[in-house]
Amino acid sequence: MNSIILSALWGVLMMYTGVVSRSNKAPGIMAALGAALLMGAAWLDLNGVSLAPFDLHGMLEFPPYVSGFILLMSLCLLLYVLLSNDEIDRLTGHSADYLALIFFVMTGVIIVASFKTLLMMFLGVEIMSIPLYILAASDKRNLKSNEAGLKYFLMGSFSTGIMLMGIALLYGSFGTFYTAALNIGFLALSPLTLAGIVLLMVSMAFKVSAAPFHFWTPDVYDGTPSVFTSFMATIVKAAAFFGFLRLFEGAFGKLHEQWQILTAIITAATLLIGNLTAVFQQSVKRMLAYSSIAQAGFMMFALFAMNATARQGLVLYGVSYSLATIGVFAVLAKMKDQTFEGFNGLATHKPFLALMLTVYLLSLAGIPLTAGFFAKYYMLLAALKTGQMLWLVILAVLSAAVGIYYYFRVIQAMYFKEGADQEVETSSGFRATLLVTAVIIVLLGVHPDWVIALVNY
Amino acid sequence: MFSAIDNFPALMIWLPLLGATISFLLKKDQQARNWAVVSSVLTLGLTITSLFFTGSSHYLLTQVSYIWLPSLGSSFTLSLDGISWMLCLLTAVSFPLIFISTFDPARTRANAFYGLMLMAQAGLMGVFLATDALTFYFFWELALIPVYFLASMWGGERRIQAAFKFFIYTFVGSLLLLIGILYVYLKTPDQSFSLSAFYQAPLSATEQGWLFWMFFLAFAIKMPIFPFHTWQPDAYEQSDTAVTMVLSAVMVKMGVFALMRWLLPLFPSVLKQYDNIVIGLSVVGVVYASCLAMVQDDLKRLVAYSSIAHIGLMSAAIFTRSMEAWHGATIQMFSHGINILGMWIVVALIERKLGIRKISELGGLARKAPTLAILFLVVAFANVALPLTNAFVGEFLMFAGLFKFNMWYAAVAGLGIILSAVYTLNMIKRVMFGATNGVTETFGETGRPVVIALTIIVLIIFATGVYPEPLFNLIESSSDALLRRILVR
Repeated sequence: MNSIILSALWGVLMMYTGVVSRSNKAPGIMAALGAALLMGAAWLDLNGVSLAPFDLHGMLEFPPYVSGFILLMSLCLLLYVLLSNDEIDRLTGHSADYLALIFFVMTGVIIVASFKTLLMMFLGVEIMSIPLYILAASDKRNLKSNEAGLKYFLMGSFSTGIMLMGIALLYGSFGTFYTAALNIGFLALSPLTLAGIVLLMVSMAFKVSAAPFHFWTPDVYDGTPSVFTSFMATIVKAAAFFGFLRLFEGAFGKLHEQWQILTAIITAATLLIGNLTAVFQQSVKRMLAYSSIAQAGFMMFALFAMNATARQGLVLYGVSYSLATIGVFAVLAKMKDQTFEGFNGLATHKPFLALMLTVYLLSLAGIPLTAGFFAKYYMLLAALKTGQMLWLVILAVLSAAVGIYYYFRVIQAMYFKEGADQEVETSSGFRATLLVTAVIIVLLGVHPDWVIALVNY
Repeated sequence: MFSAIDNFPALMIWLPLLGATISFLLKKDQQARNWAVVSSVLTLGLTITSLFFTGSSHYLLTQVSYIWLPSLGSSFTLSLDGISWMLCLLTAVSFPLIFISTFDPARTRANAFYGLMLMAQAGLMGVFLATDALTFYFFWELALIPVYFLASMWGGERRIQAAFKFFIYTFVGSLLLLIGILYVYLKTPDQSFSLSAFYQAPLSATEQGWLFWMFFLAFAIKMPIFPFHTWQPDAYEQSDTAVTMVLSAVMVKMGVFALMRWLLPLFPSVLKQYDNIVIGLSVVGVVYASCLAMVQDDLKRLVAYSSIAHIGLMSAAIFTRSMEAWHGATIQMFSHGINILGMWIVVALIERKLGIRKISELGGLARKAPTLAILFLVVAFANVALPLTNAFVGEFLMFAGLFKFNMWYAAVAGLGIILSAVYTLNMIKRVMFGATNGVTETFGETGRPVVIALTIIVLIIFATGVYPEPLFNLIESSSDALLRRILVR
């Protein structure tokens, strides 16, 4: 509860920062401070200390699992803010407003992670989405950014409609919004409920950009300014997945067998479409958009398996994927030429940036000694534990091998090809943050127990 | 309490890793190269010393285990038995020889080169030592990644594609291996990754069947066995020869060794069903690769195909599951590593001096460099497995085992041996003898480092060829112990 209040208040505070202070450093510092405080607030939640003891009527809950997730997402937010505030300032000229929006999204993220009723979930998803529509269109003079904003808004509101429809059907058959009350097993099985479940699955699959509801993703991710794509594709997506799992486990867990096949189909389609399309991209940013679809395919395993390993794995996956993607986008946002050729010879001219990018890309590809390996490891283990549909696991590793192809294209361009030096201005603070991100990735790759212990419940 | 003796296996990994880190930090090329030699010689010293300080029973020399990921049931466990000690010795001997014999002043970014090489060495040591499936998988990959970078950054014009092909191939294999490992792990009685728990996992015959092929694919790609070998000639040809040496002298042994320690003991009950397929593939590979080796004009491709043939024989021998064949295959792992290292050193020298590798453009080198010719001749004889050379011991035993298993396999594989004499001696004839031409006239001095390296190799060839007893003593009990595990179940 501490974290919701803090992030909402900090969003308001951020807006005033822009008014009060004329310095363009102030918003960035304030935002980083806010993210750090958010980590503290989540840590207090984790230890059961509530600074604002409201009666929540059981609509939100903060067990260690949820607080741990919020803590980790706040860490990602901190790194994101440190890496991006210069770029946001350069792009928009008044970064305080946009950083405020990011804190509002964060409020949505926390609600989506902690809801116990469908109503709260809906509110969380909307609080999370609406500021994102603005962020997508933030590069006002750029047509692509406008297109991205509009497309995201239209598609997003459409899926929200579907979600509401699903919630309405469920409310119609149960007369309650509480997820725990919905989870009564086969007694609940009626055409109305089934339709509600399918509609909710469709709308959540849309939010996490799982195939076949992924069509908006490449255009939106590509058109949105890179600094905001980075946020959208990482923390928001991880939270959407977390909410997805909590919803389906909390409300329909006892009917798992009924809808498991749906998740299997979505997983397979997402893995195939994401990986195969990413191979053919010429721009690194667009490749990352498709790769985020492919990564969503791996995260879908959590819903397919729905066991303890899957829960732990999803958090680990969310964190490791977010860290690596934030890092890659932070460097990408600073580069002028965003095609694969733009990375040619980067290792010769900017060895440090190239090394950091390599760590992030290796993690995204799931190579051992990086966090990405254990993320994939947990997902595969969770799926194997169900003892069903081994073909899905094999499909997953084969598509991971396809993933190697496009992630390594960047590494090849940086290290093995010659290219002209290009201007990439980086401050020492930026480089230090990149290093911290990479170190966290490697540490989690050697010892994932630190995250697992945090979310173990 | 830290005791050096107990921790020998771990030190054999940390030392090269430390060497790699230092090498990355060095600025001057010459420094990096000297450091690489020093570091690898230290590792060699440590490896040899470790034998004197460990128990006399070679079944299990020493074992060390650190807590790593208790929640996953994995610990960082390394054990040193006879076979793994021999392979660690091969790794430790190979690297200094590679470093002194292939020094190329034109090589750019030498600190990164030697750093990655030493990292690969650490990975290889780890693969040979690990007796925890997850640790094993980590090292399996840790050996691959530096080699990928080495093969892509230094070498021929098409090196990027060749190295990538190699990487994708082996990575697909590794991922299937990972699924297999996870599956067995879930079946183990105490949910643990330790090798002993893996051996006890109750697996039905059907499960063993498909798990067998998953593991096999990963190892077969690495060795490589026909028809999974297509990455290999390209990768060998395009890589810097020093990298090719690592690949062919040591890295392929990862696959062979993994058959012995992991694949066969894990899935013993399906071996009867599949052994004919695997041996058949291997034997076909022997003949196929030998035939291809005969028509190659590029020295590197010739040695590459010759290596496929030798490895095919080893895998056939291992699948016969007879004691002689296992002894032979184990000894041959070591001998093949040494011999092929000798071949590559000569190839690398010719390429560096003359800039060509085409057999048809060479000739008469014996007149320009008689010492080299003699040493090369011995190495070539060893490659053909003539008596008194090291390879004879291993191949003889492998053939004995293969013959007992099925005479026809032995007959067909024997054809490969005859062909190996044809292409090796033919190559010697055309490269070393005959008239010199404009290019080979300019050959000049062989250079002391290469002569030293080749002399060491020749000494090892004769020593283990004439008196293989110590090697046998070393590997016998651990090889037999593994084999018993297969035959009992």
